[in-house]
Amino acid sequence: MSMNVFDRAAVRRHRDRAAATVHQVADILADAAERLLDRLDDTTHRFGCALDVGGRGVVAPRLRGRGIAAVSCDLSPRMAARAGAPAVAADEEFLPFAPASFDLVVASLSLHWVNDLPGALIQLRQVLRPDGLLLASLPALGSFAELRTALTQAEAALTGGAAPRVSPFPDLRDCASLLQRAGFLFPVADAEDIRVLYAEPLQLLRDLRAAGEANAIIERDRRIPPRALFPAALAMLPAEAGRMRATLRLAVLTGWAPGK
Amino acid sequence: MPETTASTAEPPVHAPVDPRLLEILVCPVTKQKLHYDRVHNELVSRAAGLAYPIRDGIPIMLPDEARPLDEG
Repeated sequence: MSMNVFDRAAVRRHRDRAAATVHQVADILADAAERLLDRLDDTTHRFGCALDVGGRGVVAPRLRGRGIAAVSCDLSPRMAARAGAPAVAADEEFLPFAPASFDLVVASLSLHWVNDLPGALIQLRQVLRPDGLLLASLPALGSFAELRTALTQAEAALTGGAAPRVSPFPDLRDCASLLQRAGFLFPVADAEDIRVLYAEPLQLLRDLRAAGEANAIIERDRRIPPRALFPAALAMLPAEAGRMRATLRLAVLTGWAPGK
Repeated sequence: MPETTASTAEPPVHAPVDPRLLEILVCPVTKQKLHYDRVHNELVSRAAGLAYPIRDGIPIMLPDEARPLDEG
């Protein structure tokens, strides 16, 4: 029996749908991608061919801009197509690439809906050549903490209970030890905060949906939430100069495939 | 119009799959090599008994969407 947290069919549906809307959140995704790819400047290594995992059309052009050939993959064929050729529809838990196919793997905000993250990381290491680099970012513990707290409080006040509405995120120490257990050398996980201010609170929820980030937790409450829930919760979010604040805490993971 | 579009006897033209992909793709289930069936535009995994479709030049390497091969 596997202990699945996420409904992968729902993840696929959300990403299929989001292929048409993800341009609305291109700024945030581009910010996250650039912060991740900046790590390439910290090494003297030169990379020739990269696997872009779930880059949503934002990562692949930036890799090519750096002179690195990129193959993109996404659970959603439509989302994969956004990256431009060559692109493949693939499940991060069942990667379809031969061992040692790439010298760089970039997964920008794309591994957090994977059930078997240790297994996915092992497969990503296997597609790397010796001395290849994994660069990954995922939302870490602390992401949307404001939203999580506000939703839980508002729902408890309205219904006397609370369902999970924001994904469970790992903390940095978990991330580093996951890399180590997956066989990466020099595993490092550190955090970068991306703060987003919203003039209109509902825009945060619209953006998450536009990015394909709607709730895909198996135990999610599939009933339509009480009409008052989101307005009540959003009113509880901290404000800054009249705008609502949300923080995306990126866990940035780097690890190297062992050399020969 | 260029004359190269004149042929009508050819099988339906599929969006071509990137040749670089054919070199690195393996079956996601068995991790074995794939055979490219140009006529059906599929990537065939004999070990898994599955044929993975290629749509708009994008190989769909998802076991759920693969076509089971007929029992021999």
